[in-house]
Amino acid sequence: MKKLFQLYWAFFKIGLFTIGGGYAMLPLMEREAVDNHKWVTREEMLDIYTLSQCTPGVIAVNTATFIGKQEKGVLGAIAGTLGVITPSLVIISIIAAFFTSFSDNPYVIHAFAGIRCAVAALMVHFVIGMIKKKSINNPIQIGILLASFITVAFLKVSPIIVIVVAGVLGFLLFDARAKEEKANE
Amino acid sequence: MSKLLLMCFEFFKAGLFAVGGGLATIPFLSRIAENHPDWYTIEDLANMIAVAESTPGPIGVNVATYAGFSSNGLVGAIIATIFFVLPSFLCVLIIHGFWKKYKENDKVQRVFSALRPAGLGLISSACFTVIVNAVYGTGSFSLICLALFLLFLGALQIPKLKNVHPIVFILIAAVLGIVFKL
Repeated sequence: MKKLFQLYWAFFKIGLFTIGGGYAMLPLMEREAVDNHKWVTREEMLDIYTLSQCTPGVIAVNTATFIGKQEKGVLGAIAGTLGVITPSLVIISIIAAFFTSFSDNPYVIHAFAGIRCAVAALMVHFVIGMIKKKSINNPIQIGILLASFITVAFLKVSPIIVIVVAGVLGFLLFDARAKEEKANE
Repeated sequence: MSKLLLMCFEFFKAGLFAVGGGLATIPFLSRIAENHPDWYTIEDLANMIAVAESTPGPIGVNVATYAGFSSNGLVGAIIATIFFVLPSFLCVLIIHGFWKKYKENDKVQRVFSALRPAGLGLISSACFTVIVNAVYGTGSFSLICLALFLLFLGALQIPKLKNVHPIVFILIAAVLGIVFKL
């Protein structure tokens, strides 16, 4: 029971401070699920995130469901999912009922302009940390990272295509490498 | 009652086909507006997107909740949100089963050793978009925003601040945004 509440509360906080799309939640997720609760490792988190890109639905929700399931089965998955959607449900319902001109409010606009700067910094810090903390350690992987960045950021290729191609490419390249290493032994 | 059932079905469909993040939801929600103009209109949807982007929470969920609220008040909001996330919930449960079973498998490991850098590449590209939005968010280049971004990035490198929760930085940034009228 305590674990279920922890899952709910951790993802509630993540939902509440995910501002400007699913990726913005990464630094929070790292703090809550990896550092504080040790539910997953950094590498597992990256795996979950990449898998979430190819499944239906919003990435933040997929990640919450996945980690909840991992920790406490189906009930955990429900707790994590409900946690991440509760802030949206409450805040949006209040805004829809009372503040029709919410996004025109000057204070809201200024606050969000400030928040975007902090979120950008948190994300850059997160990416640097991810690259430093192993997971990327050979030229093929660096090549895949750069290719994925360039195709999505500048050529506007769909992330789903990038992931499928990378998966196939990785299988072929690393399979050949593994065979080579075996032959050398 | 039949309207609520129809809502369950429509939002389930939107959740099922929105692959790849929040904004992929929009085309499906505009289809709902076309089919059920008495729930909400396309013009309403534009307003919902603006609110969804400037409120906490994943954008896709926010828009679905808002559309549900417009269709049928609080009950509509709850139904829309739950049925919107239900398809991804079920898919993830299935995927988790496979992942647990096969993650130690050699071949799967190889695929993941390529997927990880690809995933980081995607995150880097999202990061790039977020930086551009932060610095050019108000329509033109903002030196204060750039300075603020660099200031936060610098602060994050200070070892003493390592244990400060990211939420603290976000709250400070909101206050600074209001103070500097960004």
